[in-house]
Amino acid sequence: MSKQHFSALALILRGLSRHRSWQPQWRKAEPKPAYDAVIIGGGGHGLGAAYYLAAEHGLTNIAVLEKGWIGGGNTGRNTTIIRSNYLFNESAALYDHSVKLWESLSQVLNYNVMFSQRGVMMLAHTVHDIQVFKRHVHANRCNGVDNEWLEPQQAKEFCPLLNISDDIRYPVLGAALQRRGGTARHDAVAWGYARAADSLGVDIIENCEVTGIRRTANGAVEALETSRGLIRTPKVGVSAAGNTSVVMRLAGVHLPLESYPLQALVSEPVKPIFPCVVMSNTIHAYISQSDKGELVIGAGTDAYTSYTQRGALHINMHTLDAICELFPNFRRMRMMRNWGGIVDVTPDRSPIIAKTPVPGLYVNCGWGTGGFKATPGSAHVFAWTIAHDEPHPINTPFTIERFRDGFLIDEAAAAAVAH
Amino acid sequence: MLLIVCPYCGKRPEIEFSYGGQAHLARPARPSELDDDHWAAYLYMRSNTKGLYAERWRHSHGCGRFFNALRDTTTDHFVATYVVGAPRPVAP
Repeated sequence: MSKQHFSALALILRGLSRHRSWQPQWRKAEPKPAYDAVIIGGGGHGLGAAYYLAAEHGLTNIAVLEKGWIGGGNTGRNTTIIRSNYLFNESAALYDHSVKLWESLSQVLNYNVMFSQRGVMMLAHTVHDIQVFKRHVHANRCNGVDNEWLEPQQAKEFCPLLNISDDIRYPVLGAALQRRGGTARHDAVAWGYARAADSLGVDIIENCEVTGIRRTANGAVEALETSRGLIRTPKVGVSAAGNTSVVMRLAGVHLPLESYPLQALVSEPVKPIFPCVVMSNTIHAYISQSDKGELVIGAGTDAYTSYTQRGALHINMHTLDAICELFPNFRRMRMMRNWGGIVDVTPDRSPIIAKTPVPGLYVNCGWGTGGFKATPGSAHVFAWTIAHDEPHPINTPFTIERFRDGFLIDEAAAAAVAH
Repeated sequence: MLLIVCPYCGKRPEIEFSYGGQAHLARPARPSELDDDHWAAYLYMRSNTKGLYAERWRHSHGCGRFFNALRDTTTDHFVATYVVGAPRPVAP
């Protein structure tokens, strides 16, 4: 069990022995025959849920099963934007719960997740955008979520590179700014949760794909068939993002999800030039600068459902067109890498964090294009749901049944864009 | 970018098309008799298949017509495209 504490003092002391005494941050666990609970999916949401199960609910005989390597899915493929300025009460509560956990996450995990509240600015380009964003600002304030309206000149003061001239195709007519929003280092989130969970006794098992879900005569979860053998467990939490439909079908549960490719790209690294996060939902551009110096740019989803983890180049080109118009300084920058992830999208673009019709089976899915920001909050309430066999008050509205009962949390319509 | 064979116009680039989601979903014949579970299934549940998937496309910047396609969602390879009303082809 890893007990090494990270601190400036530890860095100096280990430096005296030429850094040879560092230990691996977590064990390479072999699957045991049985666990009290198992999480399927070793991304930030799954590892976080395992951590909170162990740390807050005392379940330490648990495992996280990951078919590839931890943090190799959407956790390592997103654009790391964190914000909570969602319109509806249910969403604001969930995402702001997450932002509050982000604020202390590095200290709690003793792992620097590089959470930087540099501010997230969302650009308005049409009269409709202005009306929607102002409505968001007021709704957010009612919910205790900071969000403020900026006129174009104020937006430029906040982000000096922004082109606010009125002779571009979609001029900037204003912006909504959440100062508590920002970015974090996505890999560190997976590693930090993995290390903290491991030190509490959680087994993190990579290269272990679930191929079947065995159930008892009364339908409850009994065991998982995996590529590394049979694992008995009475509780299973599925946190498998784009592959959730596939995993849940093993237990005969059908969810209102569709899996789409979502792409991102980074530029060559440059010196610090971009002080904040700028998003434009209307023309599909999401940009910030990483601590390594790369501009991190996110595009919209591809048009069709797919499991390929790649998308089409014209989607990225469309985004770069928008970036170049908003930030003319970047026109001669070269893009270094692009990639895709598979995001599971619900009809109302809000997640599902809930019990399922199968006793002992829980699901955390449907995060679509915006799951990274919610990692700590999602993991926290999902762990609660698994431990108590009932939802935390924050995720009570995020059921599967809301689609049958008509209680949609329709952020899709609220934002009025294709997410 | 995908190359898509419109049954009417032939091989064209993906940007000429718009996507229409899962194919062969029939609106319930007697809507007033449907309960909430069945309505939810009709409105929101999609198979989200990992593998061969029958889906609708529209050649919106071409002939403007809807057609169906059979595509492998693990490779994005189109196995077949066929006109609306035709049954789903048997995969080779």
